[in-house]
Amino acid sequence: MAGATMAGGQSSMRAEMTSLDVPAPDPAYYCPAYRSTALRSPKNPLRILPAGLTERRAPVFGPSRVRPEDADLTAGLAGEPLGERVVVAGEVLDAAGRPVRNQLVEIWQANASGRYNHSMDKHPAPLDPNFAGAGRCLTDDLGRYRFITIKPGPYPWQNHHNAWRPAHIHFSVFGTNFTERLVTQMYFPGDPLLPLDPIYQSIRDKNAALALVSRFDLGTTVEGWALGYRFDIVLGGPTVTPVEL
Amino acid sequence: MTTPTPSQTAGPFVSIGTAWATGDATIDGEGSVVVSGKVFDGAGDPVGDAMMEFWQADAEGRFPPEVPPPWSGFARVLTAPDGSYQLVTLKPGAVPGASGESQAPHIDVSIFARGLQQRLVTRAYFSDEGPANATDPVLAALPEAARATLVAERETEEPRPAYRLDFWLQGGKETVFFAPW
Ligand SMILES: [Fe+2]
Repeated sequence: MAGATMAGGQSSMRAEMTSLDVPAPDPAYYCPAYRSTALRSPKNPLRILPAGLTERRAPVFGPSRVRPEDADLTAGLAGEPLGERVVVAGEVLDAAGRPVRNQLVEIWQANASGRYNHSMDKHPAPLDPNFAGAGRCLTDDLGRYRFITIKPGPYPWQNHHNAWRPAHIHFSVFGTNFTERLVTQMYFPGDPLLPLDPIYQSIRDKNAALALVSRFDLGTTVEGWALGYRFDIVLGGPTVTPVEL
Repeated sequence: MTTPTPSQTAGPFVSIGTAWATGDATIDGEGSVVVSGKVFDGAGDPVGDAMMEFWQADAEGRFPPEVPPPWSGFARVLTAPDGSYQLVTLKPGAVPGASGESQAPHIDVSIFARGLQQRLVTRAYFSDEGPANATDPVLAALPEAARATLVAERETEEPRPAYRLDFWLQGGKETVFFAPW
C-alpha cells in the first residue's frame, strides 16, 4: 500500500484522539437475535471522527429534484392501490430541538399485503400494480413532512421459525450536518408483533424504542378519507461531541 | 432535550426508496476520477444489497451552499450482486478539520444494508496524496495497518485516474469505522 507514512510528531495527537470514549451504539451492530448482523457487524471498536468541515455540512436537495406529488404513494399509477389509506406526518428536529427545514425525507414500504415491489421479495402475497411503495418529500419551513400512503402489511422473514416483521415504513432522513443522517423504521401502535421482533427489540433504551411507534392522531386524520398517524423524528446520535469551531 | 430517534436497519429492499437519487455527484468529464471496489462481510462474501453514500468537498474543498449547483458533493450507489460499487467523481480538495487544521482530500462513506443496525461510516483517502495524508489528523490517530484500510490505491491512468478501495465489514481486513453520529 502506497499510503501515508506518518510523521513522528503526530503521536501526541494520536494518544489524545484514541482516549475519547465512544459510547456503545443503540441498537448495537451485533444483535444475536437478528441473524444478518452476525457477519456484517464490525468487531473492532468504533473510532471518533472529529467533526471537520465534511461532517459539518449535509447534502442539499432542492425542490427541482423532489416534486410535491412524490409525497403521495397512492397516486401516479393507473389506479388506486388496495388497502387502508393513511396519512403519516410529523416533524424533523435536530438534537437541540430545532426544526430541520427544507430537507429530504424518503420512505419505502411493503404494500397492504406485506409484499415489497422488489425482485428479491419472495413472500407469496400479491403485488399491487398500483403501488410502487416509495415516496419522498422536503420538510417545510417548520420541519414538517406529510405522506399519503397505504398501511403496510406485516410480512414473514427467514430470521427464525415463524418470524414476522411488524408492519413498518422505512424512513431515510437527512439533517443539517453529516452526523445527523438517519435511516430507521416507523411502526404502528398496538402491533402484537412488536414484542416478538428482534429488530425492534434490539434497541436497549426502551424510551427511544417507543419513539419509533407512531401514534394515531385525530388532528392528522382527514374526515371521511384517511386515518392519520404522527411520527416525529429527532436527529443526532446518543452523543453529539461538541466541537469548538 | 428529546431522545434522538434510534436507527433501524435499511433492510434488503433499500433500493426501493433510494435508487432515484443514485449517481447524484457523478461528474463524468474533465478532471474526473473513478473510485471502485467491493464490499465484503465477515465470511469474505460480497455484500450485494448495500446502499452506499459518498459525501465530499469539491476540488477547492467547498461544500454546498458555498459551491453552487449542479455540484452536490453527494452520490449514492447500490452495490451489485458481486458486492461491487463504482463512483465517478471529481477528486476533492483538502478541507478544514475540527480545529481548522487541514485534512487531506477524502470522501466520507456511509454504508446501509440488511444486517446493519446503524449505518457504517468510514472514509476514502487517496494513495497519491502522500504528503497530505501524512499530516492528516484522522489518519494520524490510527495505527498504520488500520490507516491502510482507508486509503484508495491508485491503479490506472487511462482513460482517467482510477482508485481501488474495498470495504470489509468484519474480520482480519476489517475497515476502520467511525461512530456515525
Ligand atoms: Fe421492511
